[in-house]
Amino acid sequence: MSLIEPIEPAAALEVRNLVTELRLRRGTLRPVDGVSFSVAKGQTLGIVGESGSGKSMTCLSLLRLLPRPGGRIAGGEVVVAGTDLTKLSDRELARDWRGRRISMVTQDPMSSLNPVYTIGDQVGAPLRYHRIARTRSDARARAAEALGKVRIPSPEARLHDYPHQFSGGMRQRVVSAMAIACAPEVMIADEPTSSLDVTIQVKMMDLYRQIQEETGVAIVLITHDMGVAASICDRIAVMYAGRIVEQGPAKELFRNPAHPYTQSLLSAIPKLGEKRKRLYALGGQPPSLTAMPKGCRFAPRCALADAKCHASYPGETNLGAGHRTNCWRVAEGGAPHAA
Amino acid sequence: MTRFVLRRVLQGMFSILGASVIIFVVTRLSGDPVVLMLPPEAPEAMVSQMRERLGLDLPIWQQYFMFLSDAVTGDFGNSYRWEMPVLELIRERLPATIYLASAALVFSLMLSIPFGVLSAVWRGSWFDRFAKGVAMLGQAMPNFWVGLLLIIVFAIGLEWLPAYGADTPKHVILPAIALGWYPVAAQTRIVRSAMLDVLDSDYIRMGRSVGVPEGVLIWKYAFRNAAVPLVTMMGVYFASMLGGAFVVEVVFAWPGLGRTVVEALFARDFPVVQAGVLFAALMFVAANLVVDLSYGLIDPRIRNDR
Ligand SMILES: Nc1ncnc2c1ncn2[C@@H]1O[C@H](COP(=O)(O)OP(=O)(O)O)[C@@H](O)[C@H]1O
Ligand code: SF4
Ligand SMILES: [Mg+2]
Repeated sequence: MSLIEPIEPAAALEVRNLVTELRLRRGTLRPVDGVSFSVAKGQTLGIVGESGSGKSMTCLSLLRLLPRPGGRIAGGEVVVAGTDLTKLSDRELARDWRGRRISMVTQDPMSSLNPVYTIGDQVGAPLRYHRIARTRSDARARAAEALGKVRIPSPEARLHDYPHQFSGGMRQRVVSAMAIACAPEVMIADEPTSSLDVTIQVKMMDLYRQIQEETGVAIVLITHDMGVAASICDRIAVMYAGRIVEQGPAKELFRNPAHPYTQSLLSAIPKLGEKRKRLYALGGQPPSLTAMPKGCRFAPRCALADAKCHASYPGETNLGAGHRTNCWRVAEGGAPHAA
Repeated sequence: MTRFVLRRVLQGMFSILGASVIIFVVTRLSGDPVVLMLPPEAPEAMVSQMRERLGLDLPIWQQYFMFLSDAVTGDFGNSYRWEMPVLELIRERLPATIYLASAALVFSLMLSIPFGVLSAVWRGSWFDRFAKGVAMLGQAMPNFWVGLLLIIVFAIGLEWLPAYGADTPKHVILPAIALGWYPVAAQTRIVRSAMLDVLDSDYIRMGRSVGVPEGVLIWKYAFRNAAVPLVTMMGVYFASMLGGAFVVEVVFAWPGLGRTVVEALFARDFPVVQAGVLFAALMFVAANLVVDLSYGLIDPRIRNDR
């Protein structure tokens, strides 16, 4: 028996207490409210949660691509290779970080490529602007190489094609090629396959795994498919109403979910042979950003909620091996089981 | 693609034909040219002889078909006033008008493109309001008025630029501004709203997320997409420049087709008016056709579809 927990491998990305605000005419919202997580080199962190829980806002915050005007990071740190990205100027961020050391793939492959430029131009862009390719022909050669990495057939021939000449699945590969062209240390993938066919989804996920094995890139994968999360992620973070309510090693979290919200998410996963359903057997709605509960944000939907839950937000309880959760029932000891 | 071009050419021919009918009728409603050509005390017999010589005694539809059948062979008759073939007169005056309209269009784009793009980038800023103000001013003032103001300030007051004629490249500046200021408001609006859409698009965010510099994102990635609706309207703008040139040419004594036609109108010089309007319609149609064909150069999707 060892009293020392295994030391976690060095983090490629560490997010501490991230708070993101959206200033709208009708008031200021906080779609991300104190989020912390880290991802080790060569590992994948899955972030799961209902739509509207702030997953995309978290992703956009990491690269500071929030909607303008209005969106801003109001607090916290985003640390890559010892540098807090929230402290950098826009110019520094564009020149040395975005696409070079941290990149992003988003949900819609159809609209993520510029319709009036060739694939070669677009995949070559990060290589040229980060001065990895010094000449046009070098950029083309390296763009073709990146397209090969994402398994696009005959990449050289396709450099001169335009986005509309590719299928949805192929476009998502092109977008992924842009994201990995400069071999970044961190890649954010915000529901990269949710608009694609199931068979293509599986292929894309295999592809990300292979790329990760080849390059050691740390991946943050947003998904609302618990099956995908279970199959590809090393760690899982569960997000609810702008906060992470539970996180831990994927296997441990699936075997012993501690938070009542996680439990209800997992109970909604179809068993083998069952017809595939979307997340959600849970009644009610997540709280609105304009009317956040004072205490636990899940309390209005939680079968185990009591007065304390409604009164104040639960602190973090460490369950060992990096498994943590915020729930009064867990803090008081004894794993809650209601779902 | 060929079918598309053919259809546009046919449509254009109908437009030109329509314009010729209208102007033919309107000129004949404007009065009797012979009255202006002969001294008031000319005997009645001389007047009717003159009418006969010019074919003005025939029914109007007969006149029209004579005009049309001559026109298709390139014969537009002789000017009543200048006693020379109309075609020669037009060949002499048209280039100056095209030159002025082009200069005006270039001026309008030099304002509206930066205005539209930067207004979108800095939406709601002082620049956005400033650009809108400058653009609206041009739209609020009739172009002869702008022309007079420009002459007063820059030619007479500051003595920076010449006001009359077309002798040097400098001469085109003031008339081009007078003519080109008007469409700036509409063009700026088109560029601004197209840029707003494009700047919010996923592909601009994607470009930003891989480190493409902001200037390149705006002027290259976004503008090339936002330019499509502007190019769509280019034929209309060029045509409206040609139309507006009639007035501006008179104000600046610009030796173009517009001034020639306006003068001909007052002199009831029918052949010149008819041919002038016909050529203006022809250029209008041609400008639109060129623009239709040029979208493909900007937008690869259209290139492949047709
Ligand atoms: N542009 C915006 N204006 C106003 N509210 C927004 C905007 N974008 C996102 N939100 C709100 O922020 C919250 C988080 O959204 P998002 O991060 O997209 O959720 P997820 O990706 O988990 O589905 C949601 O409540 C959403 O309504
Ligand atoms: S803190 Fe209370 S309300 Fe929140 S999840 Fe735990 S038991 Fe439910
Ligand atoms: Mg989302």
